[in-house]
Amino acid sequence: MTMNRLDIDQAWELYRSADFHALGAMAHRARLDKHAESVVTYVVDRNINYSNVCVCGCRFCAFFRPPGHCESYVLSRDELCTNIEETLRLGGTQILMQGGHHPDLPLSFYEEMLHFVKSTYPIHVHAFSPPEIVFFSRLEGIDVGRVISRLKSAGLDSIPGGGAEILVDSVRKMVSPRKCSAAEWLAVMEEAHAQGLRTTATMMFGHEETPRQRLTHLFALRDLQDRTGGFTAFIPWAFQPQHTAIHREPETAVSYLRLLATSRLVLDNFDNIQASWVTMGPKVAQLALFFGANDFGSTMIEENVVAAAGVHFRLSVEEIRRIIESAGFQPRQRTMAYQWI
Amino acid sequence: MLESRYLEKLGLEEIGRKVAQGERLTISEGEKLFACPDMNALGSLAHQVRTRLHGNAAYYVVNRHINYSNVCVNGCRFCAFSRKKGDPLSFELSEEQILDKVRSQGNGLTEIHIVGGCHPDLSLGFFEDLLRKIGDIKPDAFIKAFTAVEVAHFAKNEGISVKDVLSRLKSAGVQMLPGGGAEVFSPRIRQSLCPDKLDGNGWLDVMRQAHEIGIKTNATMLYGHIETVRERLEHMAALRELQDTTGGFVCFIPLTFQPANNELSYLPPTTGVDDLKTIAVSRLMLDNIPHIKAYWVMLTVKLAQTALYYGADDFDGTVVEEKIGHMAGAESQQGLTRGEIKRIIRDGGFEPVERDSLFRKIFRTGVTEGDRH
Repeated sequence: MTMNRLDIDQAWELYRSADFHALGAMAHRARLDKHAESVVTYVVDRNINYSNVCVCGCRFCAFFRPPGHCESYVLSRDELCTNIEETLRLGGTQILMQGGHHPDLPLSFYEEMLHFVKSTYPIHVHAFSPPEIVFFSRLEGIDVGRVISRLKSAGLDSIPGGGAEILVDSVRKMVSPRKCSAAEWLAVMEEAHAQGLRTTATMMFGHEETPRQRLTHLFALRDLQDRTGGFTAFIPWAFQPQHTAIHREPETAVSYLRLLATSRLVLDNFDNIQASWVTMGPKVAQLALFFGANDFGSTMIEENVVAAAGVHFRLSVEEIRRIIESAGFQPRQRTMAYQWI
Repeated sequence: MLESRYLEKLGLEEIGRKVAQGERLTISEGEKLFACPDMNALGSLAHQVRTRLHGNAAYYVVNRHINYSNVCVNGCRFCAFSRKKGDPLSFELSEEQILDKVRSQGNGLTEIHIVGGCHPDLSLGFFEDLLRKIGDIKPDAFIKAFTAVEVAHFAKNEGISVKDVLSRLKSAGVQMLPGGGAEVFSPRIRQSLCPDKLDGNGWLDVMRQAHEIGIKTNATMLYGHIETVRERLEHMAALRELQDTTGGFVCFIPLTFQPANNELSYLPPTTGVDDLKTIAVSRLMLDNIPHIKAYWVMLTVKLAQTALYYGADDFDGTVVEEKIGHMAGAESQQGLTRGEIKRIIRDGGFEPVERDSLFRKIFRTGVTEGDRH
């Protein structure tokens, strides 16, 4: 905790009005204070979307299909194995597994999947976002704590911070009315941290929220992190409107960099801030390393959700390392827990 | 603007002082800027100059590119566009096809940008006729056509002087020359990458003669292949020196080398930081060239927007159809609408200002935001 913690009005002032380079320089200073060695980390992993069947129907999503749709799928165990084996062959250390809110799969399906993966492969499983966990709890009629402990016993290693969107209920009602509330999202994370699971936190911005509500989101995360310390990283990314039900122009690079820098300054209790090359492209993501980001994210051996919204960037490990090095930093592969490999 | 203490820590206080007072930077100071590890400091310096010259304006033009042919006698190794005559992938637009492209544009078109390969057979007379017909169809559009390399090629083909070529093109309607074909002036680079092309001194000489007969021009630099930082800076210094004499350069355009589909495909693409450093250093070194372009076709639209904070004041334009960068793997779209350009500029915190080829402000009435032309 720093002595001069920003309050929301100060953060707002910086976000809206600070000189672009001064804001970047402040965020970069804060980043260097946390990570004095000029290392930029990345993780080699694969996004495995075990299913696209979802009854949530969020307006910003181009990935989901309703149950029974001709393009809906659930991955078979063979497909899962192929994906994991390929990840390991490519030097991967983890899989990020997420799906939709599938109405017919019981919690035991996921427990068996986790148990199978963990007993077959030496791989970190970073899986299920808080909305999925809340959905499982409703489906099974058990509390969230019980869902988390059952998944943990089955082998779950950590929880990704997806489904946070904007942690303001009036916004969630507009864009994802059937998804868990802001308080429920935060409660899942608090419970996961209490049970010893680390998680990340995300924010998807640039849809129906006001700029000020983005800051409300950051402060909600900071408060929870003060209590638990369980978040490893914050990952903001810009909403990609193509093929979705929300018609607006995509966020631009300058808007993204201002938000990223403000995040670094507000989230003084988060160790890591991740740049999003998947949504911003490698060139802007590289510049983000001077606006508070110290992590370049994942090699994304497979990515389906953003790609469904019309954005396709691809980067190899070698290319990620070259981008980091040519910005003047040392690239280091890390684990989900942000330990160097 | 960053505090001077910030620059001091990076050893840039003397450069900071010179920039603040508008003094000229040396090549070794340029090297120091390229070596600066802090993008915020470098950006802030370049932004100071850009703001002094242009305030909060970011310029754009409603233009259309026409690449008349990719047939070229030069065969430069960095080029994915050029084909030899007879190659199945070569193309050559007929006069009618070119005029159709011109006719298809709405009334708002300000600039027609015409460049092609060094075609062995197309005569200067063909282009003179073409230019006059284009002028008849679009009397208000500014014709910016033929790089210094094409001009020298016409002179050689026709057996006449560069000066005569320039005068004939001018009478036929060329109002400005684009800045292409400069690549990197270093003889080492040209020997290795484009030995058959007009050399650096030849390029500068065509531009000098154009400026002397009242044709303004742009200037480019193709960077990110095998050149050194010093060679980039020497290129900038050569432009700066000619500009001191003629004042004829309007805009400098750093062009990002694109490594797909050419003989240099083993090279990696440039990174965003290198692109922005090059733009920022250009702004700082080229104290006598008024405008620096963030050419979104090569940079990507997202990075081009950030470049407005790294010394660039021009976003180029609607373009409509671009072949040279895209055949080499540029991943940007083919064209942008006026509405898109204005939104991107505003969203970055700048005021969009529509310009003509000479950067004179254009006032329009009754044109809607999203209008394509």
